Amino acid sequence: MKYKNLIYDGTFDGFLSAVFYVFEYKLETVNIQNEFVVQQGLFSEVERIITDDVKANRVWQGLKSKLSTQGKYQLYYAFLSEQIGVELLLLDYIQYAFSKSKNVDKDYAHPSVLKIAQIAKSVGREKHRMEAFVRFRLTSDNIYFANIEPDFNVLPLIEKHFKRRYADQKWLIYDKKRHYGLFYDLEKVEIIRMDFPENFDFTKTDDKFFAEQEFEFQKLWQDYFKATNIASRKNMKLHIRHVPKRYWKYLSEKQPN
Amino acid sequence: MSFQRTQEKLKILADAAKYDVSCSSSGSKRANTNKGLGDATGMGICHSYTEDGRCVSLLKILLTNHCIFDCTYCVTRKSNDIKRAAFKVQEVVDLTINFYRRNYIEGLFLSSGIFKSADFTMERLVAVAKKLRLEENFNGYIHLKSIPGASDELMREAGLYADRLSVNIEIPTEAGLKKLAPDKKREDFIKPMVKVKNEIIQYKAEKKIIKSTPKFAPAGQSTQMIIGASGENDFQIMQTSNHFYKNYNLKRVYYSGYVPISYDNRLPQIGSAVPMLRENRLYQTDWLMRFYGFDVSEILNEQHQHLDLDIDPKLGWALRNLHEFPVDINTADKRMLARIPGLGMKSVYKILNARRFRKLNWEHLKKIGIALNRAQYFMVCESNLYEKRDLTAEKIKGLILQNSTSKYQKSLSNQLNLFG
Repeated sequence: MKYKNLIYDGTFDGFLSAVFYVFEYKLETVNIQNEFVVQQGLFSEVERIITDDVKANRVWQGLKSKLSTQGKYQLYYAFLSEQIGVELLLLDYIQYAFSKSKNVDKDYAHPSVLKIAQIAKSVGREKHRMEAFVRFRLTSDNIYFANIEPDFNVLPLIEKHFKRRYADQKWLIYDKKRHYGLFYDLEKVEIIRMDFPENFDFTKTDDKFFAEQEFEFQKLWQDYFKATNIASRKNMKLHIRHVPKRYWKYLSEKQPN
Repeated sequence: MSFQRTQEKLKILADAAKYDVSCSSSGSKRANTNKGLGDATGMGICHSYTEDGRCVSLLKILLTNHCIFDCTYCVTRKSNDIKRAAFKVQEVVDLTINFYRRNYIEGLFLSSGIFKSADFTMERLVAVAKKLRLEENFNGYIHLKSIPGASDELMREAGLYADRLSVNIEIPTEAGLKKLAPDKKREDFIKPMVKVKNEIIQYKAEKKIIKSTPKFAPAGQSTQMIIGASGENDFQIMQTSNHFYKNYNLKRVYYSGYVPISYDNRLPQIGSAVPMLRENRLYQTDWLMRFYGFDVSEILNEQHQHLDLDIDPKLGWALRNLHEFPVDINTADKRMLARIPGLGMKSVYKILNARRFRKLNWEHLKKIGIALNRAQYFMVCESNLYEKRDLTAEKIKGLILQNSTSKYQKSLSNQLNLFG
């Protein structure tokens, strides 16, 4: 039995195409790796997977008949975690799901099912945090701009939320870590890549780029944040649990005045 | 909007509003259908947390802190020597819209001191909500305070624009109210609550027949009680709470540990500790009542008028009812699973789901994330290892406390010292 190393293009469809390949050739020992994070195994045979929408869709439809909607979402969420090795966990889960006649997505005593549920939960938490912690700043050309650096790749998950909510304003959310953003132009949301001016400081609100009133509202928000605190109930431990320090740098209320 | 004036008002009127603990922004069903601003369909979102660990979800302010009443427990009472301020309707609208557009908040929670009369005040609150909805096309969350004594007509209008209405009864018993706020009457609090309750029922019934019936306070009503200001015991507090849940269909009752703000000798003095642990135990009891299928009388009754501070109320109940245990995790029904100390409802559902595939043992339970420190004494599973000694309630409590560190350890030892 040969050990195969499947390399896919980093997309979810690419991953599902790899899963299809595993089933097609009845492979038993494989590794599935994102082409951006490949680690070469010594004796493994490398196979580059060509992303094929039709094949990907067949796997997805198959899962649809096996899992609940929630179970299917969990797979997608876990995939977006981008954790090293998550592909193999997902594959194990998918193989287990196809091997059983009944829906297994709540079989929490099965190691892969439990692990995927846990990863999906972390990703869900990050998604929710981004819905909360995005801070728009009005630019001088009237676009509400926000930059984020989420632990997981959650932009695809938060698009709908922001589109529904801010239907009447242009907005742009940029993932600085993954170098892409979502831009809403009052009609549709598009994925964009951007070149920022050299030494553009994402934590500062520079009057070269931002609208004049932006400074006032940030100040009002900071004042509000301070005034609404009850000092005699101070509980920093709880505070930091809810707003971990790694998110502070882009929160307007956490900036020094 | 003059920035500096607004800035000063905001500081004063946010500071005065912070003792209202509600920050809920969930439970409404107001979708953004008109390509306007905002959407209040999903779950609530806490956009930030203050340093005291409380969620910041809504712009929580008073319209004004001028007040004709002199309730001792209230920071805006007439006789208190503080800076007063008042927002204009348009100022509140501008602040809300601009904060919302920057994703700072889920919406507005507007309360007010009572100036001139109840109706005069309520009218202004309604005017803000109306302007937000009709002129700004705003679909975010609006929580308005029902002003005690406001007319039925105004309350009806308020419900059409707001997602939630609340009136704080503040003091759990009528006797306490008489002592601390002699010019207020319980009936004045109840009247708007009844009106809103009836309207909600009526609008819901009409909506079933005519789909275009507008929403009426879709996120329901809530109220708040101050804990530790007027000497009520936990039994009295939870009885009142239960009464309001049952008779007024409230969505939430909030418990707010009294923060000393006055030298009045009828109240705990400035500098005394906020009873945060007690507040926490009351919330736990509230949850047991609403989500865990407990009747309030099982936890608090004539014999047990005080909640234990050192252990949670479910553990307290279990220790008084050892004859109900141990529970078999693999066969027990939902009701009994929910009664095992240390098991939350999420864990209960996980167990119910997972045991359909195989019998669960300790290893499974640990991996799933069940906190066994408390639970282990009250359950058996697919294993020969379980607590076989016939332990007394005292002994179990001792073992559990030995193996846990409460986040309240410090306040616990302080509070216990009082009786020591």
